[in-house]
Amino acid sequence: MKEATTLNSYRTGPDERGHFGIFGGRYVAETLMPLILELDQAYEAAKADPAFQGELKALHATYTGRPSPLYFAERLSAHLGGAKIYLKREELNHTGSHKINNCLGQILLARRMGKTRIIAETGAGQHGVASATVCARFGYPCEVYMGATDVERQKPNVFRMELLGAEVHPVTSGNGTLKDAMNEAMRDWVTNVETTYYMIGTAAGPHPYPSMVRDFQSVIGNETREQIMAVEGRLPDMIIAAVGGGSNAIGIFHPFLDDPDVRIVGVEAGGHGMQVYNGHAASLNGGKPGVLHGNRTYLLQDDDGQILEGHSISAGLDYPGIGPEHSWLSDTGRVTYVPATDQEALDAFQTLTKVEGIIPALESAHAVAEAIKRAPQMAKDEIIVVNLSGRGDKDVFTVGKILGVDL
Amino acid sequence: MSSLPVTRIDTRLAKLKAEGRAALVTFVTAGDPDTETSLSILKALPGAGADIIEFGMPFSDPMAEGPPIQAADIRALAAGQTMVKTLEQVRAFRAGDNETPIVLMGYYNPIYIYGVERFVADAKAAGVDGLIVVDLPPEEDEELCLPAIRAGISFIRLATPTSDDKRLPVLLRNSSGFVYYVSVLGVTGVKSAAAGDVAAAVARIKAHTPLPVMVGFGVKTGEQAAAIAAHADGVVVGSALVNAVRDSLDDGKATAATVPAVTSLVADLASGVRRGRA
Repeated sequence: MKEATTLNSYRTGPDERGHFGIFGGRYVAETLMPLILELDQAYEAAKADPAFQGELKALHATYTGRPSPLYFAERLSAHLGGAKIYLKREELNHTGSHKINNCLGQILLARRMGKTRIIAETGAGQHGVASATVCARFGYPCEVYMGATDVERQKPNVFRMELLGAEVHPVTSGNGTLKDAMNEAMRDWVTNVETTYYMIGTAAGPHPYPSMVRDFQSVIGNETREQIMAVEGRLPDMIIAAVGGGSNAIGIFHPFLDDPDVRIVGVEAGGHGMQVYNGHAASLNGGKPGVLHGNRTYLLQDDDGQILEGHSISAGLDYPGIGPEHSWLSDTGRVTYVPATDQEALDAFQTLTKVEGIIPALESAHAVAEAIKRAPQMAKDEIIVVNLSGRGDKDVFTVGKILGVDL
Repeated sequence: MSSLPVTRIDTRLAKLKAEGRAALVTFVTAGDPDTETSLSILKALPGAGADIIEFGMPFSDPMAEGPPIQAADIRALAAGQTMVKTLEQVRAFRAGDNETPIVLMGYYNPIYIYGVERFVADAKAAGVDGLIVVDLPPEEDEELCLPAIRAGISFIRLATPTSDDKRLPVLLRNSSGFVYYVSVLGVTGVKSAAAGDVAAAVARIKAHTPLPVMVGFGVKTGEQAAAIAAHADGVVVGSALVNAVRDSLDDGKATAATVPAVTSLVADLASGVRRGRA
């Protein structure tokens, strides 16, 4: 499906049934369908309501700390000797990542819908922390499903969630990672659908989640546009973001999709390498279309349609699927998706830390790794914007372990 | 409606209606605990008292299942079950039984990967009468529901406590065979519904459709089956049966007790169902 040549815009999707080309949709159990349809209507009404948008904007200004800065990484640019690299500093947001952008939007929607209980899934714990944070701020009980493996490798975030008043449920099914946490969250939702709002953390799941989460995250790209125009007087030549489920990426990509001179690159988790079976979490580069968690999208799966667990050094990218809009943007050719391995991410993590004094999340380090590959091959007057979606404080134990330091 | 398929399901349910009793619908997971034992269980079900068989297509991520069926799916996949093997088992069953209806139940992705047109053709040829696919609501009918109907396979829909009078006509639109009423909010094998709530829900669904209504979720004993059978056209039991498989295993392997564990529970359930309207 090469639609690229006939499309007037890449920004009009999804259709009213939630499809981006063949991707997206609403593949959920019947119990959830009435609620999904209600959520769709509630979100459309909220989106068009200036009071809703106004409250969100005010909270972002005083609670999140928006706009997040666009920072010229002068030393990194000089170190690489090519394009000018700017970092969109989402890691400076309250809670330490872009996840808060989505959670604030969704908690306002949950309140509007009269829900009384919030559930969420989390991988690295960034979305869990952001969910627990907005629940504390708005006085909602919050339960977070987190794979048992991830609970182990992201202990600081588990404790943060608990401090914020959330209950964290370790999920032991499967490999105990993000996919399994999402299954368990959906089981809770189907059981408690009448009272419960499911705060999905990425731009995936049944319609309207992929487009709703994208809309809440598009504040990243909208700000980037204004900021780069203010400092450079033009749009960037390239935008790079890490992609797991893909919410930070779609947030910075979407406002630039119709600017053909802006090259857009998504970086998947290459894990141990693309040649290793089930050794990576690169759905687009190593998967094929299928249906899971409410949407059709590229999935890591075997020949019989059983879902693989995948692997990444970064818990936040360790997911066998990807948001459906990314699948469509990949098939249409508008966005290029490439893998970065665990080792490349680890190297980028250390480089950025030492050269700029910024410790990136291991997720975001995948995007930095791609910039490190690309920048030296570009001219000095070209501009790359990297979405630095999260800070790496949560990862120091993981990195320490790999580097042989006992913390 | 005239274009909807007529299958062994309709024949069997018409016969039971004439006899004035409810149906026992039994669910087991294909390939649990291994292909051979699973086929023996399948073949033994009608003799033990099952009127309709739901045969689960195992999936790595069964999002609407509770722990019992999740575990059954894991056992089956670990033993090497595939879609090809599941269809082969149906074919082998049909060689000895051309009357008991078989409904394949599961999730969409393994079917999508097998190929929809190839799947409905192979399933029909193997002797499958109906499909229940948990994650395909009527909004996605073009995916599989309509191809299944064209191939002569019934598409059976789940109705739930959240299916209100506005929703029911939508989900019944391309339904045939029977309606499976999921009597509680939640996943399989955990909670069970009160008989009074079931009676009211069945009456509400029947106001929208002439199809028989089977009731499931949380039914574990002949006693419970009898109580439900008094108010519905049939009773669905799944988690209790896969738990019977689980409890019969030795170090994860089938034993001489495995098939009898299932058939004795089915016999108890069947007698409950027959008592239900006595």
